[in-house]
Amino acid sequence: MKLAGARRRKAADWAVRIAASLGAAVGIVFLVWILWEVVSRGASALSWSFFTELPAPPGEAGGGLANAILGTVLISAGAGLLGVPAGIMAGIYLAEYGQGTRFGGLVGFMVNVMMGVPSIIAGLFVYTLIVVSLGHFSGYAGAVALALLMLPIVARTTADMMALVPDSLRESALALGAPRWRVIVQIVARSARSGLLTGILLAVARVSGETAPLLFTALNSPYWPHSFSGPTANLTVTIFNYAMSPYRSWQQAAWGASFVITAGVLAVSLLTRYILRRTT
Amino acid sequence: MIAIETTSQAESAPPRPGPQPVESSPARGAIAVRNLDFFYGEHQVLFGNGLDIAPRKVTAIIGPSGCGKSTHIRVYNRIYELYRDQRCTGEVLLDGQNLLAPTVDLIELRRRIGMIFQTPTPFPMSVFDNVAYGLRLHYTMPRSELADRVKTALEDAALWDEVRDKLHHSGIELSGGQQQRLCIARALAVEPEVLLMDEPTSAVDPVGTAKIEELVRRLKERLTIVIVTHNMQQAARISDFTAFFLDGRIVEFGDTTELFTNPVDRKTEDYITGRFG
Ligand SMILES: Nc1ncnc2c1ncn2[C@@H]1O[C@H](COP(=O)(O)OP(=O)(O)OP(=O)(O)O)[C@@H](O)[C@H]1O
Ligand SMILES: [Mg+2]
Repeated sequence: MKLAGARRRKAADWAVRIAASLGAAVGIVFLVWILWEVVSRGASALSWSFFTELPAPPGEAGGGLANAILGTVLISAGAGLLGVPAGIMAGIYLAEYGQGTRFGGLVGFMVNVMMGVPSIIAGLFVYTLIVVSLGHFSGYAGAVALALLMLPIVARTTADMMALVPDSLRESALALGAPRWRVIVQIVARSARSGLLTGILLAVARVSGETAPLLFTALNSPYWPHSFSGPTANLTVTIFNYAMSPYRSWQQAAWGASFVITAGVLAVSLLTRYILRRTT
Repeated sequence: MIAIETTSQAESAPPRPGPQPVESSPARGAIAVRNLDFFYGEHQVLFGNGLDIAPRKVTAIIGPSGCGKSTHIRVYNRIYELYRDQRCTGEVLLDGQNLLAPTVDLIELRRRIGMIFQTPTPFPMSVFDNVAYGLRLHYTMPRSELADRVKTALEDAALWDEVRDKLHHSGIELSGGQQQRLCIARALAVEPEVLLMDEPTSAVDPVGTAKIEELVRRLKERLTIVIVTHNMQQAARISDFTAFFLDGRIVEFGDTTELFTNPVDRKTEDYITGRFG
């Protein structure tokens, strides 16, 4: 009787262990497979001109995607400029002022909902709001769409990281006579700084790989991103266009662009881990 | 004394520059608590507390866990106001002035009444900046004076010799006992009149505890100390007066030796002889 129970527990333990290991293995296999495809096909497309020249007409050899690389960096930076401060402020509100209030609860709920909003919806929203009313696609519209996606990520991580700071630390600063805003900026945000930075980098990594929100906003362009107020070249929409094209050279370039984006996102993730490890 | 409830306007402008030496007489830092009730939401945890805390003496607050000791002293510097569901009624007079009046300048109030917490709370900055934090908050002064005052505060907290070479290291790198003395130095730097200590040695080893107790004995020459403790030997060792709390009420308050050797109330006797709590 006793023995049978023990055996059953052991069997259940093994079953769960094997199922979990299988799940992990499937995840790793696909990740490695995707990375392998991207690296093996993408690396061969890279060259000096890939990073320095404008796209060549279809069928012609040479050329590059320098405009799209620059455009993606600019659009992401613009999105960060808009989305990060707003997200940090919203996170501070959630963690420090809104707790236990009805409005705070509402903001927290909205942030969670916004995190789940499909990115294409953000693109459509900005399309109707900005692109339609201005009458043209623009890099600005792309940055706004990406900022909308960054905001909830940054807000949520900021709120969570600041909530981890013990109340006794806030109280100690207040007890010295510090006003509330100083406590938040100098003590709480400072204690949580590596967490805040992680949230920002995660958000950057997440949105810089987005295509859907840019399809209706920044669109794409074969030219340098001279001004942000017209269609702006970017890597992800370029991948979308080139991969669907019938030209081999463009398909090649799409793999190269995929490689560049993957490497960039990976670099940001590694940077995040490094920062976390060094400061905690 | 009770009737002088002048809610001050004279208090709003912070004195600048630099803390003034506290004039030696008459002794300042007397606290009178009158009819204090405290509520967490609907839940009342303090009932009609009344207490007269003598200036430049050590007053210990003892009582079983959950009886309201922390809640009581957290009223004095109004730190409870951080939480919107906490409120109190009654009066706390510091040298005759009602601290609970809405006109009181909280920033100046908290300069005058410092607080040390159960777990050390070094700020995420250097040892020097920790101690300078309050000074920079309340005063503008030249760097050299700032450095002098930081040094003095660290000496007062018996920490200078241990950190003189680590002033620019993070405060978080210190040992637990050192961190607690760092917090004491930080509180002392702004020259408060009253120091509230909520179980300041409960997270500190015996050697660190002895240092802090020695410090308390020395500091009462210039400020009023209220210390919450679970350790009755500690209360007996370092305090002049003791208040015994039970279920949110002050059961007995008096001279420490008297209270420990000859308690009036049966419940006090049961507690100090370890029969409950
Ligand atoms: N934030 C809070 N919300 C609701 N009730 C609280 C809160 N903090 C304390 N209480 C309650 O108030 C009462 C007094 O708590 P308090 O912390 O003042 O006790 P204490 O004497 O300091 O106890 P200890 O010796 O354990 O520190 C307790 O019954 C406790 O449950
Ligand atoms: Mg307590």
